[in-house]
Amino acid sequence: MSLYVEVIKNGNGKGEPEHFTINMGPHHPSTHGVLRLVLELDGETIVKCDPRIGYLHRGVEKLAEHLNYNQTIVLSDRLDYIASAANNIAFCLAFEKLLGITPPRRARLIRTIVNEMARISSHLLWLATHALDIGAMTVFLYCFRDREWLLSIFEKVCGARLTHSYVRVGGVRLDFTQEIIDELRRFTEEFPQRILDYETLIDVNRIWLKRTRDVAVVDAETAINLGLTGPVLRGSGVPYDVRKFRPYDAYDEVEFEVPVGERGDTYDRYKVRMKELRQSNWIIKQCLDKLKEVEGEPVLAEEAPDLLLPSRVREPEPKPHPKKGFVFTGKELPVVPPGEAFASIESPKGELAVYVVSDGGPNPWRLRIRTPSFVHISAIPELAKGHMIADLVAIIGTLDVVLGDCDR
Amino acid sequence: MSDIIAQIPYPLLVFIVAFILLNLTLLHVAYLTYAERKIIARMQQRLGPNRVGPRGLLQPIADVLKLLQKEDIIPNNVDKSVFKIAPLISLVCAGTGVSLIPLWEKFVLSNLNVGLLFILALSSLSAYGVILSGWASNSRYALLGGLRSSAQVISYEIAMSLALLSVVLMAGSFNLQDIVKAQVASPFKVYLIPQVVAFFVFMVCALAETNRVPFDLPEAETELVAGYFVEYSGIRFALFYLAEYFGMVVMSALAVTCFLGGYAGPFEVPGLPFIWFLLKLYVLLFFYIWVRATLPRYRYDQLMGLGWKVLIPLALANLFVTAFLKLYL
Amino acid sequence: MGLLEIAMDLLAELREKFPKVVLEVLEKDALTIVCRREGSLELISYLKEKGFKHLIDLCGVDYQGYKSEKKPERFEVVYHLYNLDEKKLIRVKVLIPENDAWQYSVTGLWKTANWFERECYDMLGIVFKGHPDLRRLLMPEDWEGYPLRKDYPLFLTEENEWKGYKEFLASVRGAK
Repeated sequence: MSLYVEVIKNGNGKGEPEHFTINMGPHHPSTHGVLRLVLELDGETIVKCDPRIGYLHRGVEKLAEHLNYNQTIVLSDRLDYIASAANNIAFCLAFEKLLGITPPRRARLIRTIVNEMARISSHLLWLATHALDIGAMTVFLYCFRDREWLLSIFEKVCGARLTHSYVRVGGVRLDFTQEIIDELRRFTEEFPQRILDYETLIDVNRIWLKRTRDVAVVDAETAINLGLTGPVLRGSGVPYDVRKFRPYDAYDEVEFEVPVGERGDTYDRYKVRMKELRQSNWIIKQCLDKLKEVEGEPVLAEEAPDLLLPSRVREPEPKPHPKKGFVFTGKELPVVPPGEAFASIESPKGELAVYVVSDGGPNPWRLRIRTPSFVHISAIPELAKGHMIADLVAIIGTLDVVLGDCDR
Repeated sequence: MSDIIAQIPYPLLVFIVAFILLNLTLLHVAYLTYAERKIIARMQQRLGPNRVGPRGLLQPIADVLKLLQKEDIIPNNVDKSVFKIAPLISLVCAGTGVSLIPLWEKFVLSNLNVGLLFILALSSLSAYGVILSGWASNSRYALLGGLRSSAQVISYEIAMSLALLSVVLMAGSFNLQDIVKAQVASPFKVYLIPQVVAFFVFMVCALAETNRVPFDLPEAETELVAGYFVEYSGIRFALFYLAEYFGMVVMSALAVTCFLGGYAGPFEVPGLPFIWFLLKLYVLLFFYIWVRATLPRYRYDQLMGLGWKVLIPLALANLFVTAFLKLYL
Repeated sequence: MGLLEIAMDLLAELREKFPKVVLEVLEKDALTIVCRREGSLELISYLKEKGFKHLIDLCGVDYQGYKSEKKPERFEVVYHLYNLDEKKLIRVKVLIPENDAWQYSVTGLWKTANWFERECYDMLGIVFKGHPDLRRLLMPEDWEGYPLRKDYPLFLTEENEWKGYKEFLASVRGAK
C-alpha cells in the first residue's frame, strides 16, 4: 500500500493535517544548479522553506590563501560563471586598492565595456531561464540566440566564452582590436530591437502578468534588511547601484540611469532588468566612442606585470651561474604591502564585494567574497512563505541566483 | 464496391475498419510528435530533428524503437500492479474515442446514439490513469502531479460538457453523425458561427483536459519535474506520452465534428473522402502546437479560478441563450 | 580630505558614547573602527540607527601567525556597513579571543546576518550568541574542524577529512 495513506488518514495525531514535506533539488530542473530546498507544504502552499546549500562548495576562499594574487583571478571566473568578467573586475579592484595601482584609462573603458557585456549576457540568461521556469519556452531560445552572439564577441576578445580571466590587476590582458569594436557596434545597434522582441512576447501577456504580479512582494525596508542588492533591491524602489554610489572603472564618465520599480514584485524586477539591458547597451555605446580618444594607449599599468612572477619581485636581469645557468639571485622584496582593502562592484546579480587582507606575502592572507547569490538565497524562506509551489519557481528565477556564486 | 463490402461478414468488417482506423490514428499520433517538434523548432529558430531519414522523417519510428529497448524500471516501493496498469488506462481511455468519430459519411466504426456522452465519459476516465500512476509511484512529486490532475480534469470536464451541450441542443442529438448532418443542414453550415462562445470554451477545456500548455500543471516540468510519470521509464513512459497525443487528436476530432462541420466541405473532392476532415483536424492540431510555443504556464489556483469563475459561467450562459433561442425562434 | 575628517562628527559621537568599546580608529581604504567584543552589539545597533542600514558583509578573519603586525587577538569579525543616504562606508572590526571564540549575533538587527553568521561559524568556529539557528551551512553537518582556520591544512586524506569515510567505503564495497 502506498506510503501516504497513513499520513493522509491520520495526520499528526492532533487532528490537524500533516504537512507534506517535499525535497526540491539538488537536481531539479528549476533550481538553477544544485540548490536544495526542503519544503513543508500545506496542499500546495508553502508553510516552511529551508534552503540547503554547499553542493557546489569548492572552498575558493581557502584556495585563494594558497595561491598568489593573479592566480585567484582564475578562481573568480568560477564563482558566477555566467558573468565571470564582473567577478574578475571585483577581484582586481580589491587588489589594485591594496597595491595602490590605477589602471590606464583605456583599460578602464575596456573593463566597463566588458562588465556591461557580462551584464547583458547574464540578464539574457536570467530572462531565458525565468521565462522557462514560468513555462514560456520560446523566449528561452530567443535569448540564447543573442547571448551566443555576445559570447562569440567574448571569444574574440580573450579566447574564452565563459571563464574569461580577461581582467588583470592593473588593467586587462589584451587590447580590443578594430574587429571587436566593429562587431560590438553592430551588436549595440541591433540589440534594442531584440529587447523589443522579447517584450512583445511577454510584457503584456496575461498569463505572465498573472504569474508575476504581486508575487514575492518586498518593500524597500525589508529588502535592505534582507541584504538584497542589485535589480532585486531596485525593483523595490531603492535606487542603490554601486556604479553610481561608489563609481569604479569608467562609470563616472558615462551617463546612465538607474531604473527602479514601484511595487517590488516579480514583475517590477523583470521590468527593472529589461530597462537595465537598454542602459547597459547605452553604456557600451558611450564607451566605444570614448575608446577612440585613447587609441593606442597601454591597457596594463606599468607596475602591474610584477605580480605575474610566482611570489616576489626579484632583480629584473638574471645573473649567470657557473652550474645552473641563469638564476635570479637578487633579494626578494614583498610586492603587496600589508594591509586590507575592500572593493565592491555592481555585478549583474547584485553587489559583489571582495575584502582582502594581506600580510605582505605573495598570497592573500584572507580573501572574503560576498556574493549576491548567497544573500539572495538566504532570503528565499522569507519571500516564499505563504506562496504556492509554482510561485517558488518564479521566486528562484526572479532572484537570479547562480549556485557557483552562492557556494563559492 | 458496396457490393463487395456487403458480402464481408459483419465481425470481419468491423475488424478491418478498426484495423485501418487504429493504424491511421497511430500514424497520426507518431507524426504529430514529429510535427510538433518541427513546428516549434521553426518558431524558435532551431532546426528540429533532421538526422534520421530525410528531414528527420523517420524520427518517430526511431523514438519508438529506442523506448521499446529501454529497461522498464519499476522502483522498489511502488504499488506494482497499479503502477503497471496505469499507463494502459490512460492510453485506452484517450484512444478509444477515435472509434466514435465519423471520419466520413460512410466511415464510422461505431455509430452510437450516445456517442458524445461516451467520449466525455472516456476522457473523464483517463484521469484515473493519471491519478493512479501518481498514487502508485510512491513519489511525492508524482502524488502532487496526480492531485493537480484530478482537480483539473474534474473542473474542466464540467465546462466542456456544458459547451458541448449547447451543440447537442442545436442538433437535437447525442449521435455524432447526426450532429454533423444537422450542421450541414443548418443555415451557417457549421456550428462555429452560432456557437462561437461554446467553441472557445471547448478549445480551452480541451487544452486543459489533455494537459497541454498553458495548463500542463500535472506534468509541470519546472515545478514537479515531470509530475505523475516522473518514476516511469521505457515503454510505459512512452504510453503516457502517446496518451497525451491521442488525447489531442481525439479532442481536435471532436471539435471538428461538433463545431466545424465534420467531414463536410465546400465541395466534394473525388477519391479523397477524408480530406476535409483531416484538413480541419490539422488546423486545430497546429493551434495546439502554436499555443505551446507561445504561452507561459498558469498557476494552480489561477487555473482553478479560470475554470470555475470564467469558463463554467460562460458556458452556462451560452447554454441558456441557446435554449432560449431554440424555444422561441 | 581624508576619511577621518569627513566622519569627524560621527567618530566623536562614538568615542563619547562608547568610550570603553572603541579601541582604535584607523583610516585605511575605508573608515575602520576596531572595537572590543563587550558592547560591540550596542555600537553596531547605534550605527544602524545612524543610517548605516545596509550590512554589506560580515566575515571572520583568522590572524594566527600573522607576521606583519602584532594582533591582540586571534580572530576578528569584520562588519562592512553602508549608509545609503550619505554614501558612507564604515568597517567595524570586533576582536575575538582564541579560547573564547564567540560574538554577539546581529540577526536581530539584520535578517541577512543569519546566513553570514552561519557561514562564519561553519568556516572559523566563531559561535554567535543569540543566533536562532546556528548550524553548519556550506560544509556537511557531520564535518569536523573549521576549514578557514589557519591551522586547518589545505589538503587532507579522505580518512582524515571525514570520519564517516571508512564506513561509507565499507558499505559501498559490501553492496558490490
